Amino acid sequence: MTGTVDGTGTRVKRGALLVLPLGFLCLFFLWPAGTLLWRGLSEGSSEALASGRTWNALATTLALASVGMAGSVLLGLGSAWALYHIRWRGQAVARALVTVPFVLPTVVVAVAFGALLRPSGLLGFLGVDQGVTPIVAAMVFFNVSVVTRIVGGTWASLDPGTSIAARTLGASRWTAFRLVTLPALGPAIAASAAIVFLFCSTSFGIVLVLGGGRTNTVETEIWAQVRQFLNLETASTLALLQVTVVALALAAAGWAQTRRERSLTRARIDGTRPATRSDVRLSVLALAPVALLIGLPLIGLAERSLHTRSGWGLGNYGALLTIPDRSNLPVPVWRTALTSLESATIAATVAFALGLILASAVARSTRSRWLDGIAMLPLGVSAVIVGLGILVTLYRPLPGGFDLGDPRILVPAAQAVVALPLVVRSLIPTLRSIPPDLRAAAATLGASPRRVWWRVDWPIIKRPIGVALGFAFAVSLGEFGATSFVTRPDHPTLPTAIYRLLNRPGVENVGTAFAACVLLATLTAVIMIVAERWRGREVVPW
Amino acid sequence: MVKRKRATGLELTDVTVEYPGNPPVTAVDRVSLTLARGETLGLLGPSGSGKSSLLKAIVGIVPLRSGRVRWDGNDLTHTPIHLRGFGLVFQDGQLFPHRDVTGNISFGLEMQGVKPEDRRARVAELLSLVGLEGYESRRLDELSGGERQRVALARSLAPRPRLLLLDEPLSSLDRELRNRLAADIKEILTSTGTTAIIVTHDPDEVAMMCSRFVRIDGGRLALG
Repeated sequence: MTGTVDGTGTRVKRGALLVLPLGFLCLFFLWPAGTLLWRGLSEGSSEALASGRTWNALATTLALASVGMAGSVLLGLGSAWALYHIRWRGQAVARALVTVPFVLPTVVVAVAFGALLRPSGLLGFLGVDQGVTPIVAAMVFFNVSVVTRIVGGTWASLDPGTSIAARTLGASRWTAFRLVTLPALGPAIAASAAIVFLFCSTSFGIVLVLGGGRTNTVETEIWAQVRQFLNLETASTLALLQVTVVALALAAAGWAQTRRERSLTRARIDGTRPATRSDVRLSVLALAPVALLIGLPLIGLAERSLHTRSGWGLGNYGALLTIPDRSNLPVPVWRTALTSLESATIAATVAFALGLILASAVARSTRSRWLDGIAMLPLGVSAVIVGLGILVTLYRPLPGGFDLGDPRILVPAAQAVVALPLVVRSLIPTLRSIPPDLRAAAATLGASPRRVWWRVDWPIIKRPIGVALGFAFAVSLGEFGATSFVTRPDHPTLPTAIYRLLNRPGVENVGTAFAACVLLATLTAVIMIVAERWRGREVVPW
Repeated sequence: MVKRKRATGLELTDVTVEYPGNPPVTAVDRVSLTLARGETLGLLGPSGSGKSSLLKAIVGIVPLRSGRVRWDGNDLTHTPIHLRGFGLVFQDGQLFPHRDVTGNISFGLEMQGVKPEDRRARVAELLSLVGLEGYESRRLDELSGGERQRVALARSLAPRPRLLLLDEPLSSLDRELRNRLAADIKEILTSTGTTAIIVTHDPDEVAMMCSRFVRIDGGRLALG
């Protein structure tokens, strides 16, 4: 019991510290999003619910998320086997590469798939640049790593004995997999599928860029209602619809997660085995599609960024330094990169500090579980709702003469709200792994609570903290869903600038957008590499 | 000498198992051994002696570095596990957690394509053999440690393996239960005429269950 270690006084102080994250969440999330949803409930237009556009968007959201989920599970199962069940040299690098997509900005990935599949692109001959194929491909690109990680983690600690037992009873490798291994992996597969469905149903940036206004999900329909039709009533009704979809996905994810945790309570054992020659063919079969899916768009993007009107060259990169012609971008792209870096620095610092306070509280006591729920909410209602909520509530004078209506405050705030759940998620497991008895031992040796934290907690958590911080930074830097609503035209971030460049006629603008994407991807990669260096081991919240 | 040809059974020639590493670890070193049909051989050795590795090599779970595994003169060295017809009783049972008692015991019969009604009859027969009549629809978490090992034994016997290997089948049980189950195993193996190898580190168990035994230490056989 930690209760015997903490004096009542320190518990009060710790409680006081919680005011910071809770106050922040109330101001920048609960109040704005709550107001938006309340509007949806009270003034909600029956007009919106009667509209074919609305139901079309809902059906599209569910269909795309289902297909994206199925594709991710299919590819993720194979790579979980090849990357986590069998062991081979160089595997660590391959595992790290598979997780790359997870931290890439959605706009970059969407643009990359667009570049790859457009008629003149590397895979243009497939003729699938229109329609839903690029959208689904991009969804799978993002989520294959989620499935790989969750299912792989279970597979790596799955007792191989039962499967061998099946073999000695006459089952072939495939039969043993089907009848013994697959049922054992079931809870992990279900948990990953539910989370992937959640991610797919909130992939605003992908659908906005690749759907081109023809394919609309609930989120992009909200965007269209706000930006094109200036219809906030319909938008808030749609927001309510979106939250319902996400809540259902979250409930499914929570249910699957409980089942998975129950199945993990058995003693953890090493379920891996060295790869043999006979595994080579299956490994190639499992990993080649994933490698192509991840590699080709990035290659395609780099290739397109070097295309200029006068042949191959660095012209598009040169254009990052000037204000683009015939575009509605008031500043050169490099300025928007600075804006993004500045905003992400603030957002990551805030999200990290508040996340650490929240995660410590959640990890220390089971009574603080409700805090975990609140911290997870922004992820649950999707970034679009976060952004739209801030747009409709905070861009006007507040009671008491305060005015927060400045993108330099609201953009980092929105990004911090989006990054916060991910920070909390990635810190809790580490904080929980500190045995309470260790703290008690330090306390009985005369350490004050502050010294206990400094001498026991900090040395254990300082490495994962590097990754949590880097992750928060990367997420804020590439954040698009909330930022696109909150930012002002004269104050674009790099991702919103890319979107605006794409939507302006002119080959130069599109070329510049490709170069800007490469710039954004490079910045993200540098951040993650620095963070991984600090820690030396991979970590992503799931 | 007349019977010799018929009774060849298991024949190991210079079996060597090596685990990769730097330097590689030789777990089993040129072991040669023959076992006639119907015999029960005890394989006795301390932990780390290579007895489990030898067992795994016979079943086909680990590949041989060199040497041969034959049954009745047929080379099985490169035959996949499921086509060898060798059963294995695991130290910790390794029952399928998502199947009930019947589901576990009938697994091997399903693999052989036995018809459902014949499977039911065989499961009942085996349950009575291991002293668990009426346990057909029990869930695994309703079983005690001794009952689980009995189910594991029944599961391995169900498809009538030509050779049954038992890997420390009693080590997870307490002493009293161990003596009782040892006697039962001995009787079951004799009554079914099953050829068996029992791996253990306990000389008492060997005395109770086996017709002869060999010692293994440092991956090499020593005469019993």
